Amino acid sequence: MSLLSLGCLRPVIKKEFRQIRRDARSLMFMAFLPAFMLLLFGYALNFDVKHIPLAVVDEDGSRASRNLVDRFRTTEYFDLKAVLPRTAAIDPVMAREDIRAALVIPPAFSDDLLAGRSPSIQLIVDGSNAMSGTTAAGYAGAILLSYSQRVTLDALERRGLTGFVVPLDTDVRVWYNPELRSARFLIPGLMAFILMVIVTVSTAFSVVREKERGTMDQIRLSSIRPLELILGKVVPYVAISLGSAHLVLLLGEVLFGVGIRGSYPLLLAAMILFLTCALGQGVLISAVTRTQQVAFLIAVLTTMLPTFILSGFVFPIRNMPAVVQAVTYLVPARYFLAALRAIILKGVGLGAIWRQFLFLAGFAALALGGSAALLRRGETERTPRRRGRR
Amino acid sequence: MPEYAIEVKDLTKRFGDFTAVNAVSFEVERGRIFGFLGANGAGKSTTIRMLCGLLDPTSGTASVGGFDIRRQPEGVKRAIGYMSQRFSLYEDLTVAENIRFFAGAYGLTRKALEGRLPWVLRMAGLEGRERSLTRTLSVGWKQRLALGCAVLHEPRIVFLDEPTGGVDPASRRRFWELINELSEGGVTVFVTTHYMDEAEYCNDIRLIHAGRIVAGGSPGELKTTVIRNPILEVSSDRVVDAMEVLQKEPWVLETSIFGTSLHVSVGDEAEGRRLVRERLAREGIAVHRLDRIMPSLEDVFIHKIEERGGAGGAGEGRP
Repeated sequence: MSLLSLGCLRPVIKKEFRQIRRDARSLMFMAFLPAFMLLLFGYALNFDVKHIPLAVVDEDGSRASRNLVDRFRTTEYFDLKAVLPRTAAIDPVMAREDIRAALVIPPAFSDDLLAGRSPSIQLIVDGSNAMSGTTAAGYAGAILLSYSQRVTLDALERRGLTGFVVPLDTDVRVWYNPELRSARFLIPGLMAFILMVIVTVSTAFSVVREKERGTMDQIRLSSIRPLELILGKVVPYVAISLGSAHLVLLLGEVLFGVGIRGSYPLLLAAMILFLTCALGQGVLISAVTRTQQVAFLIAVLTTMLPTFILSGFVFPIRNMPAVVQAVTYLVPARYFLAALRAIILKGVGLGAIWRQFLFLAGFAALALGGSAALLRRGETERTPRRRGRR
Repeated sequence: MPEYAIEVKDLTKRFGDFTAVNAVSFEVERGRIFGFLGANGAGKSTTIRMLCGLLDPTSGTASVGGFDIRRQPEGVKRAIGYMSQRFSLYEDLTVAENIRFFAGAYGLTRKALEGRLPWVLRMAGLEGRERSLTRTLSVGWKQRLALGCAVLHEPRIVFLDEPTGGVDPASRRRFWELINELSEGGVTVFVTTHYMDEAEYCNDIRLIHAGRIVAGGSPGELKTTVIRNPILEVSSDRVVDAMEVLQKEPWVLETSIFGTSLHVSVGDEAEGRRLVRERLAREGIAVHRLDRIMPSLEDVFIHKIEERGGAGGAGEGRP
């Protein structure tokens, strides 16, 4: 008995394609839901802080204070939403979330500046969203610092000390994602997440359905071998989800400007390996469950949370406690994500990510082999006492 | 060629502490229609699933088509066709697509398929409906299509697990005609059912109760040899009252209700007739007719179960 004789593969593949075609809902689910989720997540899961609504309380009203306000106005990080008469007016506006930050310039700002005293500028930030609050404070701090530097240099120049330079000139460069846009970082993660969940759920369903309807017995008594059945089920789903993955890539490029820097064949190989992992996990789940509901639950639980939390999609793995880090090694999305970011953002070759490929291949082989073995063993002792004794 | 199509020896299946099939032994001659009769849960399906290789037996041996079910499951697979009461078809495929898929699944060549496809369609009465979705067919049609798909590869032995469950009487009759055709073509048919009337179509029968075979033989043999005491059929408007009264009498061996009549087993025919009339008259229960009848298979079944001390209660054996 040879595992490599796959004579019955064709009828299974044909049958699966026909069934998928007839089941319009599942087809839409597999083909378009990933793209739809990309739109949803791509726009909602945005960690960039730009266009922070800002209010200004300019109690000084001098040229110098207007100059400072202009500096905020001319960046894309802040949008001047309101000019308020006094500090007390900030609270209600911020409470309504009309503004997220407020700049308060004290009455003697210009005089103090000219006199060489250090005037204090107050910046109020809405901290209810810690992430964007911190970022807003950071941007404002940077703007104020550069303004303060400018003022210092001007003052020194006025005293005749020309040619003075700032002692430390930092030049920060961000590689791979120069604008630090979160879309670049998130889209590979989204692809992994979406594909994993959808593919695993769809395949888990397809095998359990055969059990529920009793067609599995018929198949077990035919000449179809377990491996043929599994491959026959996997091939159509790989084809469809590959199409859907390309749609996600295309949308990523068109809508979010995330182009592929690295080699496309390498990317394709990574996707096929990863999809095979997801499919393998789906088949494995269906091999150990009896009803579609249970299969759905397990598929969602074992893909959604691990892929979202443990893959490095949103939370960096190196910041996790050691135990949790250990668990992440079991999540195939972790390897796919690393490979995907490396290929799409950094444009690296196989040399840098062969380990990820190896892990993915291992996971895929284990899942597919395991489920073929489970199907071969059949129901063994687990036949339910359908009508048992009374 | 083996003498018997199926040989079973001490076949047993246990699920935990529950014995579903208990040391069952029998032989099935080639080309015969073999009926396996019993109530739901008696062990019929479990036996058939073991013989097909879908379930491992706990102990005992069996050979199907000359192949040992434990050591040569692949041989068994090639020799048999199997159909269960769930009519394992793909509801979202058309009639022709189902036939083509199963033809592929059994490894039929394209040429063989072209010959078998019209045959299955004709047999199932589905000519002209090749493109209908299986889901839209009535139960009787699905049943015949499922049988057609199960015998696409022309197996020598066919296992039918409660094939007529949930099917209307007219379709059941048509289905049994198909079974007869298969049998005339030399195919051995192993069929389970809990409809006693269907057992009449079988050449050979085994009655199974609580995992054990309690009687066996042809329908005629069973009816003449198992029950030696005469059975009187009492027609009355008040059969339930009549049964309650007669059950208490020491000279009544067994009673059971069949629709509007009561079957009463007695020691002697003439004496029995007199006592039944007398006793029921005393209760004011009118007797329309009182005849001695040939026991039905159901009588045989009930008799056998009660003889065994009513494991689980006499009522359990009834369909």
